[in-house]
Amino acid sequence: MTRLLRHWLLILLAGVASTWLVTQAAAADAPDVAADPALEARVNALTAELRCLVCQNQSIADSHADLAVDLKNQVREQLKSGRSEREIIDYMTQRYGDFVLYRPPFKATTLLLWLGPALLLLIGGWLYWRSLKGSQAVASAAPVQGADAALAERLLGEEGDEPARRR
Amino acid sequence: MIPELGHFALVLALFVSLALAVLPIVGAARNDAAWMALARPATQALFGAIAVAFFCLMASFVNNDFSVVNVATNSNSELPLPYRIAATWGSHEGSMLLWVFMLSGWACAVSLLSKRLPLPMVARVLGVMGFVSVGFLLFILLTSNPFQRLLPPAPDGRDLNPLLQDPGMVIHPPMLYMGYVGFAVAFAFAVAALLSGRFDAAWARWSRPWTTAAWVFLTIGIALGSWWAYYELGWGGWWFWDPVENASFMPWLAGTALIHSLAVAEKRGAFKAWTVLLAIAAFSLSLLGTFLVRSGVLTSVHAFATDPTRGSFILIFLAIVIGGSLALFGWRASQVGFAGRFDKLSRESLLLANNVLLVAACGAVMLGTLYPLALDAFGLGKLSVGAPYFEAVFVPLMAPVVLLMGVGPLARWKQATVAELAGRLKWPALASVVAALALPLAAGRFSPMVALGLLLAAWVFTTSLVLVLQRARPSFAQLRRQPRSFWGMVVAHVGVGLFIVGVTMVRGYETERDVKMGVGDSVPVGGYRFTFRGVQEVQGPNYVAGRGTLDVQSEGGGAVFQMFPEKRMYKVQGMPMTEAAIRSGLTRDLYVSLGEMLPDGTWTVRVYHKPFVDWIWGGAFIMAFGGLLALSDRRYRVAVKAVELPPPLAAEPPTAGKRPQQQPAAT
Amino acid sequence: MKGRARFFVPLAAFVALAALLAVGLTLKPREVPSPFIGKPAPAFTRPQLKTGQPDFDPAQMKGQVWVLNVWASWCAPCREEHPILVAAARQPGAVPIVGLNYKDEGRAAEDWLRRLGDPYQAVAVDRDGRVGIDYGVYGVPETFVIDRDGIVRLKHIGPLTAEDWTREVVPLLNKLKG
Repeated sequence: MTRLLRHWLLILLAGVASTWLVTQAAAADAPDVAADPALEARVNALTAELRCLVCQNQSIADSHADLAVDLKNQVREQLKSGRSEREIIDYMTQRYGDFVLYRPPFKATTLLLWLGPALLLLIGGWLYWRSLKGSQAVASAAPVQGADAALAERLLGEEGDEPARRR
Repeated sequence: MIPELGHFALVLALFVSLALAVLPIVGAARNDAAWMALARPATQALFGAIAVAFFCLMASFVNNDFSVVNVATNSNSELPLPYRIAATWGSHEGSMLLWVFMLSGWACAVSLLSKRLPLPMVARVLGVMGFVSVGFLLFILLTSNPFQRLLPPAPDGRDLNPLLQDPGMVIHPPMLYMGYVGFAVAFAFAVAALLSGRFDAAWARWSRPWTTAAWVFLTIGIALGSWWAYYELGWGGWWFWDPVENASFMPWLAGTALIHSLAVAEKRGAFKAWTVLLAIAAFSLSLLGTFLVRSGVLTSVHAFATDPTRGSFILIFLAIVIGGSLALFGWRASQVGFAGRFDKLSRESLLLANNVLLVAACGAVMLGTLYPLALDAFGLGKLSVGAPYFEAVFVPLMAPVVLLMGVGPLARWKQATVAELAGRLKWPALASVVAALALPLAAGRFSPMVALGLLLAAWVFTTSLVLVLQRARPSFAQLRRQPRSFWGMVVAHVGVGLFIVGVTMVRGYETERDVKMGVGDSVPVGGYRFTFRGVQEVQGPNYVAGRGTLDVQSEGGGAVFQMFPEKRMYKVQGMPMTEAAIRSGLTRDLYVSLGEMLPDGTWTVRVYHKPFVDWIWGGAFIMAFGGLLALSDRRYRVAVKAVELPPPLAAEPPTAGKRPQQQPAAT
Repeated sequence: MKGRARFFVPLAAFVALAALLAVGLTLKPREVPSPFIGKPAPAFTRPQLKTGQPDFDPAQMKGQVWVLNVWASWCAPCREEHPILVAAARQPGAVPIVGLNYKDEGRAAEDWLRRLGDPYQAVAVDRDGRVGIDYGVYGVPETFVIDRDGIVRLKHIGPLTAEDWTREVVPLLNKLKG
């Protein structure tokens, strides 16, 4: 650990020294790290959907692992050479399988995954209609009169709900 | 000595919890007052014992006792005191002890604040919580003992993970666990009701404040976790749909459905079976979360060191607790009875629709989280389900919930009419559509997603305004008569609206520049100019860092200030960490992250302008505040005088509720 | 669903979930299976580690059953599995083992082999890891078994233990050799 620490301190020291040297040059508008920011935006968008296989659950865009950096560079090269996003995704899945995609492809094995939420909603909707059918408001009984009515209104209205409508 | 004391206290706690789990519940079944009366003192003794254990562990950390394995693996003599204290719960073993400490704390609170509950109910509720404690204490003592000794003692510790050495990480787990564990109270009330076969409105009334409190803590816990990720991880992400994050989000969704369901159960006596099921589900999802984080079944950045033996134990525990309560539900739910009639269009039906959507959303999150596991288990291949899936699926489910949020409170109980609602909603609808179309254009760029987000947020704000104005009739003085539960609802819903604004604006209008900076170089971002002034070496208590300095000037003149992003190297673990510099404001965050030094002496720097990002967590905290307001409602604080009832009604003796029962409609 | 039975649906759903989780405890979620099983081994041409040797191309191995072992001198688990490979290479009738030196430095790799033994018929140098990516390599060590027609038949992830070799690899090699 101390070796690493010393290494780190040397880098810092060198950094401090050389930033001083650089100040002697003319200050300017900082250039983008990426040679082509528009391309880089596409790289980031695509790599955000690819999984870093050696990480605990991070995308290639976010990870600093060696393999992630390698794959990000591959993506950049391929986008630059004119390949489409679709082709690059195919390239990755050919080598690493569907596991590398954070957006699961739509195929037979993922049918339940993609249609599941809609299915849940349908089941929920069905249960909802069943509950409603069993709970229609009863035909109104004889209206409450006089002092009872005042008491009822007080009790029902107390929690800030609107006063019950008289029928 | 102290670790042994702690260990002994845990064993003692186990025996007390065994007694608590068995005697009062048997006593309630046999109507044995003596056994039922054991519940409260046993609960308090349990809390005392676990508290002793918890503070013994904390003392070991504070005193740098490296003869305790847990301290040696998670602390260091140079670790600052607050983090040594937080390291108590920084490991799997310590966090389980925190879990059980909070569980006994909630149980103790229930034992102290339940004077008006009938004894059989108290006995059952505390007994169930005791039963859950037994499981956790056994788990700790058999597989995750925090007091294991290391002999000979280590000369120094391995230090707390640098990612955890941060104030946010200190309070995020306790808040989160308070939420998870708090749902155990609602669960206990539900199981107690199933055991007794009685589901009068008193049960819903009693569960409600406890459930709301748990929900408040969980909301805060999740918000803190998200905020922490934002400022700590260095690139400004704040939610990743990681399995462990989902594991905390699912109980939140179920818990939100639960508090709305309890409102109906309490006021109208309807939905009781659903409410009981939701109460069981919310806590079950908490337990499921515990399993997922610690068993190694799912891959996550948050997972503790995984161990399948521990996983098996938790799974068996889950099977007993959840399986048992669901079996009980199957057996007894038909006795819950159905009460309360309501129209197809009424506040009840709208709340029911709201709950269906929330539960569907919860189910969708669960589906996405567990699908890779399911596919692998069936040998159908390996899959990853990440943010793209969840976002595609979640937003369509939640948008209707937000729409209902505006309509529900305006609808009458039992029977509402379309005409009346339409009349009240036409102005909010118009205002929302206008906002959705006009605001994005004003901000510079139109996008459908931004429009949708702003539509939903505007809808929430305008319908809340209509609701408040409606109660302000005939004069504004009427507003003072509204109970805090009303204001709690309004504030919580407004919080949701603020949250939506934050998410929408940041997603839609965030800008970023990733640049190489030499001293004197500058870059314009989001209406500010950032000028790099170099990097200096800085010593921290247990790290060494390169601290960058940037002069920032707002381009309209105005503000001038400095920002100091850091690149830290923690000495013991040798782990490099990025500490982003963040300048927060009401309408935007400026976020600067120091990258690395390039061979020519320049540094890579990332500068972000994030509009309205703090509204994300601000909105969440306001939601929680709304919950707190609802909790502080008069009826939970003040003993209500018995109402003078005319003779026919007085024949029904008042039960343990704080006021005479509303008669549930006969089934 | 009639009457009381519907109240047991949640329990039934939970039992299914618990069964799934129980199975989940036996799985390895971070292992990525290879999509190459049953597909041709990707082609490449790379210089060999030992100077003076011709470039290596998997096509050269057509007609033989062979093993491709991905390794690096900086990889600790590779050191653990290396003796297995060295011993296997010495067996009579042993199948050729070809090494793919992944993202390594020539001098360090040569030293490593000199110290720990060289089981490899040839060692192709994959300096930038491109061949690794083409083979779906995501960590070292990884080992492939390739048949006479150049089809990948097995991918073993992580270091090979003696047990892995005798239980998994040898029977497959025998089967492929016919």
